[in-house]
Amino acid sequence: MTTTAGDRVHSVRAEVIAAAAAGDYRHLVFLAPEIAAAARPGQFVALAVGGDTSGLLLRRSFSIHRVDPGTGTVEIVVADAGPGTRWITRLVAGEAVEVLGPLGVPFPVPDEPTPCVLLGGGYGSAPMFWLAKVLQDKGCHVDLVLGAATQDRLFGADLADRVPLTVTTDDGSAGITGRVTDPLSDLLRTSGATLAYACGPMPMLRAVTQVCRPLGVSAYVAVEESMACGIGVCMTCVLPVVGADGVTRMSRSCVEGPTFDGARVRWEAIADGRVAVPGDCLGSPASLAALNHAAAQGSSR
Amino acid sequence: MTVDLTADLGHGVLLPNPVLTASGCAANGKELHRLDDIAKIGAFVTKSVKRDPQSGRGTPRMAETPSGMLNSIGLQGPGIHAFVEHDLPWLRSVGARAIVSIAGESSAEFAEVARALVAAPDFDATVAAIEVNISCPNVANRGLVYACDPASSAEVLRLVVPEVPRSTPLFAKLTPDVTDITVIAEAALSAGAQGLTMINTLLGIRIDTERMRPHLFGLTGGLSGPAIRPVAVRAIWQVYAAMRAGRIPTAPIIGVGGVRTGEDALELTLAGASAVQVGTAIFNDPLSPWRVARELGDLLHARGIPRYDDLVGVAHDH
Ligand SMILES: Cc1cc2nc3c(=O)[nH]c(=O)nc-3n(C[C@H](O)[C@H](O)[C@H](O)COP(=O)(O)O)c2cc1C
Repeated sequence: MTTTAGDRVHSVRAEVIAAAAAGDYRHLVFLAPEIAAAARPGQFVALAVGGDTSGLLLRRSFSIHRVDPGTGTVEIVVADAGPGTRWITRLVAGEAVEVLGPLGVPFPVPDEPTPCVLLGGGYGSAPMFWLAKVLQDKGCHVDLVLGAATQDRLFGADLADRVPLTVTTDDGSAGITGRVTDPLSDLLRTSGATLAYACGPMPMLRAVTQVCRPLGVSAYVAVEESMACGIGVCMTCVLPVVGADGVTRMSRSCVEGPTFDGARVRWEAIADGRVAVPGDCLGSPASLAALNHAAAQGSSR
Repeated sequence: MTVDLTADLGHGVLLPNPVLTASGCAANGKELHRLDDIAKIGAFVTKSVKRDPQSGRGTPRMAETPSGMLNSIGLQGPGIHAFVEHDLPWLRSVGARAIVSIAGESSAEFAEVARALVAAPDFDATVAAIEVNISCPNVANRGLVYACDPASSAEVLRLVVPEVPRSTPLFAKLTPDVTDITVIAEAALSAGAQGLTMINTLLGIRIDTERMRPHLFGLTGGLSGPAIRPVAVRAIWQVYAAMRAGRIPTAPIIGVGGVRTGEDALELTLAGASAVQVGTAIFNDPLSPWRVARELGDLLHARGIPRYDDLVGVAHDH
């Protein structure tokens, strides 16, 4: 299991080859051979929006849906969530867009054939089909669960031709009525899976981790934190994550993630669109205050 | 015609080109080096470092604004000891010229950080100058930003100056959120700063209209990006004019605020900047520090101007 933290990042002006609706989303294909050649499942790309003189300066990041190193194409799935992403959903074939990639640490893939369950929530399912293929090529048995609020917000149910698929929707408009985590424990038991991979909203990733942990299943999650740069320089996309040394640090989801071992994420600090700094985090205001207090006590004696 | 882009920061510090990174917008170098060679940047300005490791604030730490953004990072960083042990040797190993930005919650902490930096084995080979980020809160003074008060600004410089060899110029970094920036500039220079960096961010707030609460976890954030460029030009202009008029000591100014293109860099230069930093534009285009330098060179070439340094403050003559 390797990371790509030190690998080259490419900044390219990519031509849009195809753009089409996919339920509530936009499926975009662009030409970026350098990125297609190097990318692995779980990695992402960061797109600039609005052209060279745009007043929207921050990059928009998208998990890579799939790449084809042969044709040099990279595919993403975009939800219209504001003026920046809207600009991207309006791109048509022949136009160009600035793309950075491949970014972030890919999902770790086991060396030995291992049964796995993959879960995607909403457009978070985008990287799962590519990941399923990579795992199957390694001889892994793969089950896939796709969930969303409604049928229109499911992505890719038609792409799972070679993978056993379970679908859930909150409103019952497709598949089982309920959450993506509802069928998870049964699937883990019947398949004997020891690995789970998930991409989607934070509450879903937390729930997946909570189901997996007591069963001794490792859950790798790809987070969607809002990022300004995507390359590790702005320090805005941080999450409290426990390191190998047992110390919690505010870790950048763009370079230390976006894939994390779910068991290492301090989920209790993440709620309601905010992330608090845990008191025991390295360099937290609480720990520094204690340090200064101890120093003051020491010097007053 | 070849264009000489050399930037002169005083005290013998010459940079091969005048385009620098802005502190906190390029981390400590490794990340941008994955895109291009940071040794080719005029100088690499590191993220402000304090004595101890800092977690920074909770999130959201960032909000997009028209032609800019608000940030509330909280100076997340490794602390000066880890910086000296890991980041400085790395910067040296790739041949980068570094300007190290230091910060503190007390003037004594600034001095302590400076002392640890100067004592580092890689200091002489790598550190071209030190930027003293006095645009951060003074805990002893109810959290008032040092650079909002001439006496606090001077006190930081007075304690840092004796720690640093004269051949490594100290640049005090000022905030534009003051009534008269020339007063702060004078206080910092009279206390021993050998140059000024202007401007840091302007304070702002954004409200999330959906949730009806402040957007940033830390409530207030610093406004940056092209939206603040006219404020940077104004601040540089006022301080440079005060220097020309002999009202305050003369010293080099490093301009920063909203630079995105070579022409933007030229604008700050004409107002009085001897070098220019690129900050928020890096988030839009991580290659912008290299691109802005190239565009500036092309611009001078097209205009038949042989030397960048001849343009510093020239708009005051016309
Ligand atoms: C995310 C972010 C972090 C910053 N961190 C620092 C910092 O640690 N120290 C500092 O002196 N300035 C910091 N700044 C301010 C910049 O160095 C610069 O002064 C300001 O952003 C204006 O330049 P710009 O418009 O080119 O970004 C930060 C700015 C941003 C956007």
